[in-house]
Amino acid sequence: MTTPVHQFHTDANRAAQDLQQRAQIQSALSSYETACEARKSAFRDWESARQTAAEIKWDAVNHLDQHLREFADKLESRGTQVHWASNEQQARDIILEIIRSNNAHSIIKSKVMTGEEIHINEALEKAAFDVVESDLGEFIVQLRREAPYHFVFPAMHLKRGEISELFNRELGTALTEDPEELTMIARRVLRDKYITADVGISGANFAIAETGMISITENEGNARLTCALPKVHIALLGIEKVLPRLRDLALFLPMLATAGAGQALTCYNSLYGGPRQPDECDGPEEFHVVLLDNNRTQLLADKQQRDALHCIRCGACLNVCPIYRSIGGHTYGTTYQGPIGSVITPHLRGLQDWKHLSSASSLCGACTQVCPVKIDLHHHLLHNRRNAVIDKPVWREKLQFAIFRSVMNRPKLYRFCVRIGRLMQPLHRLVDGTRLDPARGWTQTRKLPRIAPQTFKDFWRNRK
Amino acid sequence: MKVTLFIPCFIDLCHPNVGMSIVQILEQLGHTIDYPEELTCCGQPAFNSGCWDEARDVAVKVVERLQDAEVIVIASGSCGAMLKVFYPELFQKTGCEQAAKSVANKTFEFSDFLVTKLGVTDLGARFPARVTFHDGCHGLRELDLKQQPRTLLSHVRDLELLEMSEAETCCGFGGTFSTKFPMISSAMGDGKCASAQETGAEYIVSNDSSCLMHLQGLLDRQGKPLKTIHLAEVLTSS
Amino acid sequence: MSERENILGRIREALTLSADVPGHKQNNLLQVVSEEEAAPHIHEWLPAVGETIEDGLALFAKNSAELKTDFRLVDSLEDLNAQITEMASGWKKIATHSGELTDAVGDKLGLPVCSTDEGYEASDLESCDVGITQCDCLVAQTGSVLVTARSAGGRALSVLPPHHIVLAQRSQLLPDLPAAFALLEERYASNYPSFISLITGPSRTGDIERILVLGAHGPKQLTVFCL
Repeated sequence: MTTPVHQFHTDANRAAQDLQQRAQIQSALSSYETACEARKSAFRDWESARQTAAEIKWDAVNHLDQHLREFADKLESRGTQVHWASNEQQARDIILEIIRSNNAHSIIKSKVMTGEEIHINEALEKAAFDVVESDLGEFIVQLRREAPYHFVFPAMHLKRGEISELFNRELGTALTEDPEELTMIARRVLRDKYITADVGISGANFAIAETGMISITENEGNARLTCALPKVHIALLGIEKVLPRLRDLALFLPMLATAGAGQALTCYNSLYGGPRQPDECDGPEEFHVVLLDNNRTQLLADKQQRDALHCIRCGACLNVCPIYRSIGGHTYGTTYQGPIGSVITPHLRGLQDWKHLSSASSLCGACTQVCPVKIDLHHHLLHNRRNAVIDKPVWREKLQFAIFRSVMNRPKLYRFCVRIGRLMQPLHRLVDGTRLDPARGWTQTRKLPRIAPQTFKDFWRNRK
Repeated sequence: MKVTLFIPCFIDLCHPNVGMSIVQILEQLGHTIDYPEELTCCGQPAFNSGCWDEARDVAVKVVERLQDAEVIVIASGSCGAMLKVFYPELFQKTGCEQAAKSVANKTFEFSDFLVTKLGVTDLGARFPARVTFHDGCHGLRELDLKQQPRTLLSHVRDLELLEMSEAETCCGFGGTFSTKFPMISSAMGDGKCASAQETGAEYIVSNDSSCLMHLQGLLDRQGKPLKTIHLAEVLTSS
Repeated sequence: MSERENILGRIREALTLSADVPGHKQNNLLQVVSEEEAAPHIHEWLPAVGETIEDGLALFAKNSAELKTDFRLVDSLEDLNAQITEMASGWKKIATHSGELTDAVGDKLGLPVCSTDEGYEASDLESCDVGITQCDCLVAQTGSVLVTARSAGGRALSVLPPHHIVLAQRSQLLPDLPAAFALLEERYASNYPSFISLITGPSRTGDIERILVLGAHGPKQLTVFCL
């Protein structure tokens, strides 16, 4: 069996050399960049907004127990059933039980990343339920039977031609290169599903403690239909989604839209505080909120990296990340890609299995610079590296750095090594860049710099 | 002023001219140079690999030697960030915590020292070429170096600065990352070189030799004519 | 012990060590904002809005143009009816709910009406050409329409038909988002509707090569009439 780290190396090496895919990502993200910058500058003070957002999220996460209790109590008081799941299995069981007890068959889903996290689609299909993704990008990747490429733009890696062929193959529709026609194909297919589905499953972007509501941000209207028409609505969300107060949304909604998609506000920002109420004409008869831990409390216990739970999943860190832009989303092999994924996956799914994601970074800090809630992302990658070594040292690396330490701390030994290095240089030319080259990690793609005939230390000594 | 100079290992070995240029500039400005020959590395390779114990063993020598310095000038944004930003964290809750903080407070990256600390912007240099500037990530984001090197370049005679669209994008070096993930690192470097080339510049200038070493390595391998040069070397040209 | 108690217990245990507030290590910025301190500031950082109602209308119009919302200022109910009648050519069936403004319009068209007031069949609503609703307020800052299950005839009326028409009054225009949330609290705090939505332009997607397409799943057209 291939381990995550081997898979990562294989996929990363292939993707990094796939110029076509890299060009596709660049062009998809370039319009985002322009729009995002314009939206930020429309804010009178984006930096203060970031600071306040970070502080509000700090409050939310550092008083999580109080806020969650308030959130759940408020929801329950208005007829919502709140469920608590410690892990993936429990969450899946809860959802399956709700569906079974309602004698439901068909399920419509709007975008829910926690659903990817608990592999809910596989579980539903295994139990012979009919489940359809309604977000256009998710619908496309579901038809392709692959994971989202980006947790905000799931089908970013595909060209319209590929989507057209996919629809032709899977839905029997005519080929077209027009994005509008392609969108309308999905619209027609899904319309029927909304009306006939028994259960709608959604995620949530925020959980408002004060009023007991979930907030869902979307552009297409698919989540609104998912939460309006089926007679049962299940919302699955991580416990870290809380915001203390309703009015906090006045800040978070425009910040999420700006950082996430370069929009002033996303098309639909909807709040759901219960099933259909006595004075209301529609809405589901049952509303279930499933709160998922799945090792988030473990991340919470790490006070240094706790701020990673501030994440509002805007995806800005992916969009600016030169690593993401070089290797693409699937290479990560995680639910959450990019810098935030590299930070939290070791906590959610095991440090030793996923520590390589923290090493696969130049620590450039572009992610931290754009994060709207000021998560110290690139420093957390460093912290994961340190924690991984403390937890289980890699002896080859330990040995390397033991030698490094001896050489750097002993001037005479250092000088001796420089001399040896100079002697080796002509020999190195014979193997330069080949499989025999001990410096192949560097020389495969780059020329090795030469040791100067006179080092700075030589120069200084001569001068004296 | 007595300036204690920290020359990182790769500059000592492969780019000694950078160090020599800095010595020349600082001496011309009337400062005395103190160069601790016994110091070679700030410990960053071990630190970035998660081996903080080994990093501390190397860094402690640096802290002990530099804690009484009047001011410390370092010839790299990346190693500068190590001293200024990461030493205080590395030595947190150790006997060296205070000394590390004191070192951090008086450490300046070379261009920052000239512009911010000394208020020097014109060194009378002449460099007749079209250049583009690469912002090293550690310098840019950990030390907030953006204007300082550009201010210095703007006073160099006959130099034409052409900004590239990807000036702030990482070049892909990233220390040990460059050899652990060479294909990703090189893909990023290729992007950087392409952006630099688009400007029509003849040189990529930076205040970080480590980034330049990586970029030059790529350019040489691919036989491209674009050259790299450290800011200090530009400032001593005439 | 219930799973709720297990999770809350793990949270309490995790929080016994306190974490630094972001941004406070480097620069000694303000204390963590308390409710009283944060709220009055949020509007200062968001995009600028003008002082007067005229500024607000101009901004709403500008945002509408960008969003491809069809925004129309009308002088009177007669004017409103005339414009809607003109739009109605080709409509076979409309959907609406009862309300002061919707009542003044719906009956005049002489078309079959699907009213959501007493419940409806989803397929019936889906077959309508337009959904006509009222709203809670308009937000100049973002060009948004705030609707709730109570003000706009439920959850689906404003999203299922291919064209959504909003009828609003000039007095319903608010400057910014904080004002819109303040209005919600003021109006509903004792008993919130189960559904609240800020609608900002017609439904859209960019999921195919980041190219904007209107009418992904919700309405292709959004018309806002302001009396």
